[in-house]
Formats: sequence, structure tokens, C-alpha cells
Amino acid sequence: MDMEAQRYVWDGAIPLQIHLHESDVATLPAPPPALILAPRIGYLPLLASHLKSHFSSALPPRLDTIWFEYKGLPLKWYIPTGVLFDLLCAEPERPWNLTVHFTGYPVNILIPCEGEDSVKWSFINSLKEAAYIINGNCKNVMNMSQPDQVELWRSVLNGNLEPYRRVSTKLKLGTVGDEYAAKLNLSGETDFSGQVKAGRVPVRLYVWSVSEDFEDLEDAPQIDSWDKVSYINRPVEIQGGEGGRCFTLHDAVKSLLPEYFLDKSLSNEESLTVGDEHEQRVSSEDASSDRKAEEEVENSSEHITSCYQHDDAEIKLVRIQGIQPKLEIPFSWVANNLMNPEHFLHICVYLKVPQANTMS
Amino acid sequence: MDALSWDGTLTSRDFLVSARAFAEKWKEFNSAFPPWTWVPCPPKQPTCYLPQLQQQRQGYLSLEKTCLPGSSKKGHVASQEDIDEISLTEGEEELEPVDNATLVETNNSPQVCYYDFHIVHSDSYRVPVLYFRGYYIDGHPLALDEIEKDLPACSAKVLLESKWTFITQEEHPYLNRPWYKLHPCGTSEWMKLLFLGDDSLAKNGVAVEQYLVSWLSVVGQVVGIRIPFEMLNNPKSCN
Repeated sequence: MDMEAQRYVWDGAIPLQIHLHESDVATLPAPPPALILAPRIGYLPLLASHLKSHFSSALPPRLDTIWFEYKGLPLKWYIPTGVLFDLLCAEPERPWNLTVHFTGYPVNILIPCEGEDSVKWSFINSLKEAAYIINGNCKNVMNMSQPDQVELWRSVLNGNLEPYRRVSTKLKLGTVGDEYAAKLNLSGETDFSGQVKAGRVPVRLYVWSVSEDFEDLEDAPQIDSWDKVSYINRPVEIQGGEGGRCFTLHDAVKSLLPEYFLDKSLSNEESLTVGDEHEQRVSSEDASSDRKAEEEVENSSEHITSCYQHDDAEIKLVRIQGIQPKLEIPFSWVANNLMNPEHFLHICVYLKVPQANTMS
Repeated sequence: MDALSWDGTLTSRDFLVSARAFAEKWKEFNSAFPPWTWVPCPPKQPTCYLPQLQQQRQGYLSLEKTCLPGSSKKGHVASQEDIDEISLTEGEEELEPVDNATLVETNNSPQVCYYDFHIVHSDSYRVPVLYFRGYYIDGHPLALDEIEKDLPACSAKVLLESKWTFITQEEHPYLNRPWYKLHPCGTSEWMKLLFLGDDSLAKNGVAVEQYLVSWLSVVGQVVGIRIPFEMLNNPKSCN
């Protein structure tokens, strides 16, 4: 399997310009900002030792837990740095100007962080969750040997893909592609005894709702509160398309946010068709939305005032690992190549919502 | 559902069914306690704009402003659950018969602590997950070492042994704020065992309505929530 894309992801880094918050500056003049290349797959607290030594001469004697902020918004340390950047910088800002604090940890907003151990266990617990989604249990992660655990974490810390692959293959988290191919073969032979189990892909979806309209991403407003962002761990079921049709990123986004695919379209017009609405609905959980969907289609000619909230909402952007992948790409490729080391695929979606709704 | 082939998980839809049944039963058999209520995703928050996501998952079960029965900080609702406390105190008395009373007194001056419990369905694990937080009457949150004192002795022990895999602080999936969470990775397995051990269920199939009652009868022990015995009676077996 071609792993070039995965290497790009692992090598990906964001140039950070980190300023020490003025309340932590104990000397005059204020120290110059620190310039750091932060790995996309890394986590901000892992930069602590570097920053502490950079700012050491200016820091007050009593230090609290390190935390970061972007334009007033405290950054959640358990979200990978690359995802924070994709989510909070509509138009990529380079270098990305962050502020670091060594005092006044916002305990009400951020989970406490006890340094690298907290980050490591947050990572491992996510990996466990991913394993559960894929295999229905997390035994392989739980039973990982101590040396393997250490090596896995160290490979993530240092961005070393080879040792990571060596250890992670032992976890038997498979690749979605393999399973998908197997499924196609089975259905080709119409062998129904073959226990075709749908592949589940661990996805972490981040949806940023913007009420103001904007044409260019440059004009996109700032996210000033986490209340404007929803994020959720939500597995995507890969369904073998009818007639060998491939399950695409478009299908995946649609299964995550079905309401935006009724009659609205993404800016990427060509990849969107409304026609396959019905064949796609399978799970019973979708039944109610399906009904609503049909009602709406029926009513759409006489749309007057009583619209559903989402009527005017629109997906502006789908961003994964800093890129906007074409929506017709097979989802198995996206999942296998663009996932983070904890086996979650982090998808950022910018959603334009009607103004009135957010005011209420 | 056939109990033998069942994998111990619950869909979000069944979670809702089970949650309703659970809240009803709780009210019926546990009227001394505050009721569990279903909190639909609050429509005011833009968070809820996450449309289908929220509509499918709808919300969570909530029991707020309650006190842990094992808590040494006394004076509230958890009256009937004192057995735990008595046995604990007895144990202490054997060791330090004299100091015990004074120690307890000085430690908990007039501080009153409350706990909020939320039961949230996890899409990843397809099981219910218990989230909780503790706080003083003025709203100031309790740190884990303070909460630890309110937990049953066995939980405090596990907490010490498995710091990162038993109870950790994580973000509440609906409120996006730090809450304590009981790790759910083994839930489906012991739920399966629990149901397999029940003859009537093996015969009649798994009753979704009974899921949360059984689940909390196990999970509740970690934080000291007791389920009245009557709640565990499966209505099917009565017939």
C-alpha cells in the first residue's frame, strides 16, 4: 500500500510564533516570541520544555500548568495541533501567533494537564476507543507490552513513522481498504454466508457554525468561544456501495451531516448529486430524518416561512490535515492515509448557519 | 434480542428507550432520592446546530445536586444508604477508636458537597457512560483527591492503581466542559456476562428497558449510588 500520504501527514508541521502572555512577564523588556515548528500530529503541552527554557529569564518564580491561547480562546491541549490550526485558522496564518501562559490555568474550560503523562494517556485512551470502534473490543491496546507502549508513544513524540508502523501493526487495527476490497469480492460472488461486516471508521468531527456569511476564508470571523464549535466522536460505517460503487468522502460527510445534503450543495458542485438520496439510507436510526427529508422535498415548492432551522445552512468547507480533499475520493483512502496516529480521522467542517438561529 | 448472540451494546435509540424506563422505575422505587431526568440537547446552544448528530442522540440522563452516600460530609438526601458508611466507620474504629470522631469532625466543618451525575450514550462504545462532577455549595469544583474521599473504599483503591484508565477528567460530550468519566471500554463485556447469567433473560431475550437498571447496579457501586432491589426485578420474570 502506498504510504506516501501518511508520511506527508507525519512530516507536516505548523510554524508557531509563541508570545509569552504579559501577565507572566516578570522582566523588562518583554522577551521575544519563540519560533517553533510544531508537528501536526503533536500536542501543544509537549512544547513545554522548549518554551520554558526559551522564556526562563522572563518567567515569574511560581509556575502553574502551561496552557495556550489563540486570540483569547484557550486551546484544548488534547486536540492535535494540526487540527486546532485547521479548525481555528479559516485562512491559514503563518506563522501562527499563539500566546502561552504559565499561570492562571482555566480549570473550567480545559481538562487539567499534568505534563507529558496526561497527553500520553489521552492519546492511549483515544487509541483504545478507536480500536473498540474498529474491532468491537480494545484488547490489543490493553494488552500491549510495556516496551511496545513506550515505543509507540515515543514514535509519536518524535514523529518517527517506521517504529510507529512496526508497533501499530501489532494492534491489528487493519486498514479499511483491505476490508472494503474483501467485501467487494464477496458481494461479487454473491456469497452471503461470508459474514460481511461493515467497516467502522473512527472519526472525530468538528463543526464550526458561523452565522455571518463570507465569500473568502480570509473574511471568516474568529472563533471566540468553544460554544461555536461542536465536536464529537462518531464512527462512520463504510457501506459497500450498490453495484460496486465506492464509498466516498462525500458519502461519509453525508452520513455525518445528512441534513445538509437535501437540496443544498457544497461549493464542490460536481461531486454532489441529490439523486442517490434513497438508496443510501439504510440504518433504522436514519428513518426519522428520512421521513423528514421526504416531507421537505415534498413541501419545498410551497416553502413559505416555517422552515426547519437547517434550511439555510450550508457546508462551506471540509478540511482534513490542512487540505480540502476532493469529495469523490474513496473514504477508505482518506481514512487510511489522513488519520492521526491514534487512528482517528479528524474532519473539520465549516458550516454557515442562518443568523436568527444563533441569536435565539 | 437473543441473549446468547447479543454483544452487550446498546444503540442510541435503545438508550433512549432504556433511559425512559429507568427514570420511571427510579421514581417509583426510590422516591426519597431526587429523580433522574432526561435532558434533551438544549436547543438554545449553537452546539445543537450539529443537527442529526444531536437529534439522534438527543440528550442524556441527569441526576443533579445529590450527595454521595459514602460522603463524610453529612446532612442531606442520601439517608437510606448509610450501611456503607457504618461499615466504614466501624473499620476505622477498630484501628483508632479514640481519634476517629474528632478527626471526622474537624475535617468537614460546615462544607457541603454536591454531585451531578450524567449518563451519556457513547457512539464509539455503544454503551452508556457515567460522567460526574462534584462541587461545594458555592459552586467551586472538587478536585479528584477530594472526590476520592467520598468514594467507596474499593473505588479509591482502584483509582490509585489505575490512575489513567479508571476515572479520568474528560470533556463532557454535550457540555464541552471537564467532567469526570468512568472508562467504558469493558462495559459491553460485563453487561453481556450479566445478562447471560440471568436465566429469565436467556429465555426471553434481552429487555432493552432493563439495560440501564442492570448497568447502574454495577457502575453505581463505583461512586456509591445504590439501586433499590425492587428495581432489579425484571417485569418479564414476574409474569
